[in-house]
Amino acid sequence: MKTLFRLAFKSLRSRALTTTLTIFSIALSMMLLVGVDRLRDAAKAGFSGTLSHTDLIVGARGGGLPLLLSSIFHIGNASNNISWESYQHFAHHPAVAWTIPITMGDSFHGYRVIATDDNFYAHYHYRGNKSLVLAQGHASQELFDITLGADVASRLNLGLGAKIVLAHGIEEKSILKHNTTPFTVVGILAPTATPVDRAVYITLLGEEAMHYGWENGTPPAIGEEPPPLDPSKLKVDVITCFLLGAKSRMSTLYLQREINTYKAEPLTSIIPAYTLQELWSLLDYADTALSLVSGAVLVVGLLAMLIALYTALNELRREIAILRAVGLHARQIFTLFLMESTLIATVGTVVGIGAVYLLLFLLRGVIESHFGLPIELVGLSTRVEIYAVATIVCGALLGTIPAMRAYRNSLVDGLNAQ
Amino acid sequence: MSPTAAVNLQDVRFEYKVGHPILQIDNFQVPSGGRIFLHGPSGSGKTTLLSLISGILVPQQGHVNVLGKDLTQLSAAARDSLRGSQIGYIFQGFNLIPYLTVAENIALPCDLHSARRARISEPTIAKEVARLARRLEIHTHLNAPVTELSTGQQQRVAIARAIIGSPELVIADEPTSSLDTDRRDAFLDLLTEAIRDTKNSGQGEVTLMFVSHDRSLAAHFDQTISLAEINHAAVLAEAKL
Repeated sequence: MKTLFRLAFKSLRSRALTTTLTIFSIALSMMLLVGVDRLRDAAKAGFSGTLSHTDLIVGARGGGLPLLLSSIFHIGNASNNISWESYQHFAHHPAVAWTIPITMGDSFHGYRVIATDDNFYAHYHYRGNKSLVLAQGHASQELFDITLGADVASRLNLGLGAKIVLAHGIEEKSILKHNTTPFTVVGILAPTATPVDRAVYITLLGEEAMHYGWENGTPPAIGEEPPPLDPSKLKVDVITCFLLGAKSRMSTLYLQREINTYKAEPLTSIIPAYTLQELWSLLDYADTALSLVSGAVLVVGLLAMLIALYTALNELRREIAILRAVGLHARQIFTLFLMESTLIATVGTVVGIGAVYLLLFLLRGVIESHFGLPIELVGLSTRVEIYAVATIVCGALLGTIPAMRAYRNSLVDGLNAQ
Repeated sequence: MSPTAAVNLQDVRFEYKVGHPILQIDNFQVPSGGRIFLHGPSGSGKTTLLSLISGILVPQQGHVNVLGKDLTQLSAAARDSLRGSQIGYIFQGFNLIPYLTVAENIALPCDLHSARRARISEPTIAKEVARLARRLEIHTHLNAPVTELSTGQQQRVAIARAIIGSPELVIADEPTSSLDTDRRDAFLDLLTEAIRDTKNSGQGEVTLMFVSHDRSLAAHFDQTISLAEINHAAVLAEAKL
């Protein structure tokens, strides 16, 4: 068997280019399959890790998933606002430990402007027990203070003391700027590899100050000067949503029901982990589609191996005759070819998985900082192990086709192959 | 059957297609230790006869007795084992596995068969390969790829592989057809000497069956047999023509 393995290995090595290309095609297929698998896990970890310790997210009546996506991941818009009174009602509820009010609707170079209060810096947690840390300066306190997420500061190259003007609306290219109310950068948050890094934070009254003199969300007409700002007249009327931490987990469901049936205002409260499940079921379609494409690429890779081995058969007929002459049994010829295909599939699989892990290891910093996807360098998942075994088994099974042909050739040609 | 016959064919009939016999031999014997020259024109069934003797093919009728074993009674695996352990084979050309070195090509029968390994005169296969290579003057090429060798050198490697581990029967199928006259004679002398060395080193009788269409080689051998004379199928085919 050792001699057969050596023969199979050297035979493949003698056809280095074809063998390498075949291994490469299988490795590439494995990279796609395993890459999709790892990135899916990374995406789940990334989404799940963005928010922790928050029991409920409360917004205006609407869908749970849009509320989660808009409030935490800054994807899409909230359906409506909720009144300050309703917020206050639940903020002072005996079962509630803390709340984080959030108002959104403005942007800065495409990054969301989030108006909130000190509770955000005190109670927002991500990836388990991690809380927000200020890398520089302090949290926004005054009317025109602004704190930047880590990405915003680094990409726009902004430091403490910088004066910035926010834009109305969340479009990247807004035509309406809040020119009269410039903000001053007072703090920069440390990186979190979550959407927190890609937003800027002002106070709730700061948000009101920007829109002072507006009527029903509409700015003064062109040529019409806004009234001079009187901070004493500023008050918060509405917020977009709020995050809520219950005093005990047991009371979460009770609170959720109470909020969802709140008579004074139609509200929606969601448990983030449950709503994330909805997201996964949506993503499963994309995941399945990607896996199918990767699977198809793998089939092509294996077929390339079959073609390479099969077309090499005619060149190998004389070698088979020599091996038969030195006493190799016909079934050993079969084994020899089976070994070649299994060897190609195995090396292709190992190279593919190894390359994925190497790439993820090298690029995890970039992926985490750019896409907020923490890459977990865990061992092989069951799914990856199944892919690997299935690829090697399929490679071996496909290898039986040229192996059977070689076996027949060896019987028919005997010592007479030309 | 003669007790000293290395090869003994009795009432053998072989055909690839029903009704078209290629070989029909009543009686053919090769004495043990003999050097037999078998000649016949191309297409006369020489290679088919060698395939029967080496156990690759089995006749539809009759008995093929090789080195005391009736091949028609053996399983395919047993015939393969007999061939690998007791028979050395030299082809007309393309004798070597191209992706193995010269040394690996020579050692192949010993790597595959313990019986061949057991009969080497040196303590290791590598030393036996080196000894044979020195004898055949290819020792400077042992680690070279076979593609770097001349045709003559390749044929000498083929001799080394055929005689390593002292097989009892060496079959050479038109091994000189690709050599010019000088090299052909040198090859035959070398083959004869190598086989004589094996015999002289006390490793038993070695029978040589040399097959060629070139009758001028007959002088190098103890006995000459024309395949046409022993193969009735050839006579019948000629009669039909």
